[in-house]
Amino acid sequence: MATTKHTIVVLVEDRPGVLNRVVSLFRRRGFNIESLAVGHSETPGLSRMIIVVDGATTAVEQVRKQLDKLIEVVKVTDISEDNLVARELALIKVESGPSTRSEIMQITDIFRANILDVASDSIVIEVTGDDDKVGSLIELLRGFGIIELARTGRIAMTRGTIGPLLKQGISKQRKSNGQRVADSR
Amino acid sequence: MRMNGAQMLCQSLINEGVEVVFGYPGGAILPLYDVLPQYPQLRHILVRHEQGAAHAADGYARATGKAGVCFATSGPGACNLVTGIASAHLDSSPVIAITAQVARHFIGKDAFQEIDIIGITVPITKHNYQVSRVEDMAKVFKEAFHIATTGRPGPVLIDVPRDVFTDEAAFAYPARVNLAGYCPTVQGHPLQIKKAARLINEAKRPAIIAGRGVIISKAYQELKELAEKAQVPVVTTFLGISCFPESHVLSFGMLGVHGMAYANLAVDAADLIIAIGMRFDDRATAKVSGFAPHAQIIHIDIDPAEIGKNLKVSVPIVGDIKNVLQSLNKQIEGSGDRGQGSEDCQLPTGDCRLGWIRQIEEWRREHPSTVIRETEQLLPQYVIQKIHQVTAGRATIVTGVGQHQMWSAQHYCYDKPNSLISSGGLGTMGFELPAAVGAKVGLPDDCVWCVAGDGGFQMTVQELATIVQDDIAVKIAILNNGYLGMVRQWQEMFYGRRYVATPLSGPDFVKLAEAYGLPALRVRSKAEVIPAIQQAMDHPGPFLIDFVVEPEENVYPMVAPGAAITEMIESPVEKVEFGSKPRDISNL
Ligand SMILES: Cc1ncc(C[n+]2csc(CCOP(=O)(O)OP(=O)(O)O)c2C)c(N)n1
Ligand SMILES: [Mg+2]
Repeated sequence: MATTKHTIVVLVEDRPGVLNRVVSLFRRRGFNIESLAVGHSETPGLSRMIIVVDGATTAVEQVRKQLDKLIEVVKVTDISEDNLVARELALIKVESGPSTRSEIMQITDIFRANILDVASDSIVIEVTGDDDKVGSLIELLRGFGIIELARTGRIAMTRGTIGPLLKQGISKQRKSNGQRVADSR
Repeated sequence: MRMNGAQMLCQSLINEGVEVVFGYPGGAILPLYDVLPQYPQLRHILVRHEQGAAHAADGYARATGKAGVCFATSGPGACNLVTGIASAHLDSSPVIAITAQVARHFIGKDAFQEIDIIGITVPITKHNYQVSRVEDMAKVFKEAFHIATTGRPGPVLIDVPRDVFTDEAAFAYPARVNLAGYCPTVQGHPLQIKKAARLINEAKRPAIIAGRGVIISKAYQELKELAEKAQVPVVTTFLGISCFPESHVLSFGMLGVHGMAYANLAVDAADLIIAIGMRFDDRATAKVSGFAPHAQIIHIDIDPAEIGKNLKVSVPIVGDIKNVLQSLNKQIEGSGDRGQGSEDCQLPTGDCRLGWIRQIEEWRREHPSTVIRETEQLLPQYVIQKIHQVTAGRATIVTGVGQHQMWSAQHYCYDKPNSLISSGGLGTMGFELPAAVGAKVGLPDDCVWCVAGDGGFQMTVQELATIVQDDIAVKIAILNNGYLGMVRQWQEMFYGRRYVATPLSGPDFVKLAEAYGLPALRVRSKAEVIPAIQQAMDHPGPFLIDFVVEPEENVYPMVAPGAAITEMIESPVEKVEFGSKPRDISNL
């Protein structure tokens, strides 16, 4: 079956064990999580998880529905089809001596990445972007020797003011908070 | 009012209308047991194994529709509940499992009898809680009962650290729950219901497949109205048995792997399937790819995740069965006046569906499916038929898992709503005796028959002591074939008759029963069957009958693994003797 990459946004109550329930469900239904990012949401007490999985659309739909059944899950949205903005951050530690340093710095510049640390034999680079951009930079740097790589995984949201909550009519958290998320464009 | 955690727990149970708890004590749960005598409204039944407590709570819940409650101590006690909780989970049964945990300062230290029961039960509960502060007790219980009993019901586990039982705080039981992430859909979408009604009104060969959802929603009347008004034949899943009277002229029994041939043929030929409170389980559909190939499918279920899980459907309706059927029935075009009772439900001639129903009735005559050999040997099916006869179909039947379970489904005519209790989803051997205990405690005025396999009975036999100590008047029929019969049947059919690890010896069940202190009989011949059942019924307390039945009898019809629902292996029996489901079809 043809698989596609899905970005699933899960709004959950911020309680111990929630991550375990979510992750356990993916394992149970046979899904490999490509990336997972968790952090506080705009509403106190709610966290937002952004999960990227590769799967057939019908199978991902089943996982989405199963996630929705978890009591602590307030809202699940598969935003893959939506008009979305997505970013990922990576820290890359690359081997570099006097002979390669300037070339690495040039590449870093082209990608609008930042250099966080320079040592005698290595450089730590920070890059933010979509998967493609982060992926290409990593590929380019591989030739120099990557010592260590850490990626946050994708975080994403839909464009415009209709966020996942309002769109589905579950807007009470949003309202009680009184805040609106700024247009991400 | 100030209370300690244990008192709060008991008071919460009372506030939820709990009358009985099945449990087993131990170190960590001692503070809870210590306060139990302060609450005489809570009857505690001591089981002999925590698995029995969970199954009993499950049996109670299935029999009454109310939450069933069980207690277990930390560590091994909690672990012993797991099979019972999983059985309840797969059959959507509202069990509240309360486990003790080591004191909070020991958690995470691998303390004596510490186990991560929350982690263990995440995939087998609808939800679970660890009460980390005594102040949360009331809220947790309010939520737990709400979650367990609403929407698609299911087990909820509450883990209470030992020192939370003894901590004190003010107690106020909340009037309502506030769960942002939990709000089951009750009402079906009106547009979808309209679409469904149109399909039903236009269908030439519709068939209803009804499942346990009908029983959970207590939508018996609504289902009957739909079937009668629209003249749609009804087949049920295994767990759907007794959601529609089986002697009804529109009832065509159970479908599936051990279903009635005519039920399977009907589903196969149907142009519209109305699936109600069922989940297209592989026992019901057999090979799912060729299932109901000519049919559009309307699927009504309260759990949105069931829709489209196994099968693509044309009209999904998410909602409570009773509620949805009430709306749907209003839009069904009736076919003239007809009586409501099962006997006088006449199908007016000239209706286009009559030919279809006649066709299924003809399949029933060609493939009666519940025939048994005419023989002097004691056949297990015969025993079931006679239990039906002697109890006049008024019993609640609780079964184990295996051949006797399928014979119980096939050879007893279930007219009484919710009269079959069995582990369908998990297929848990050993369910029968403790679940029958729970059912009988929940329905003290009902006649509860536990139909056990000699294998499964030996898995939870210790509950005989519970039955005697608490005087729980279940009637037990062991269909003793000396085999793990269902597995033996598979070995016979698909593994060249190599009976590896299926011949099974057992104790002398009569002596065993007597040793436990309940009267028992052994039956070896047909002639003794009715008198023995009668004697068991006449006896006021629990009673056991060891039916020594034909050892190598098989369950038919049967669909081989991977085969389509129509590829049934039927009974090789030629001599036809009608089973317990005779049918007056003179009206057809
Ligand atoms: C706990 C458990 N273990 C194993 C099985 C596999 N199994 C299914 S049916 C069966 C045989 C049951 O034997 P018995 O209780 O004597 O019933 P019979 O089939 O003979 O009527 C077995 C072993 C099961 N369903 N449950
Ligand atoms: Mg047996």
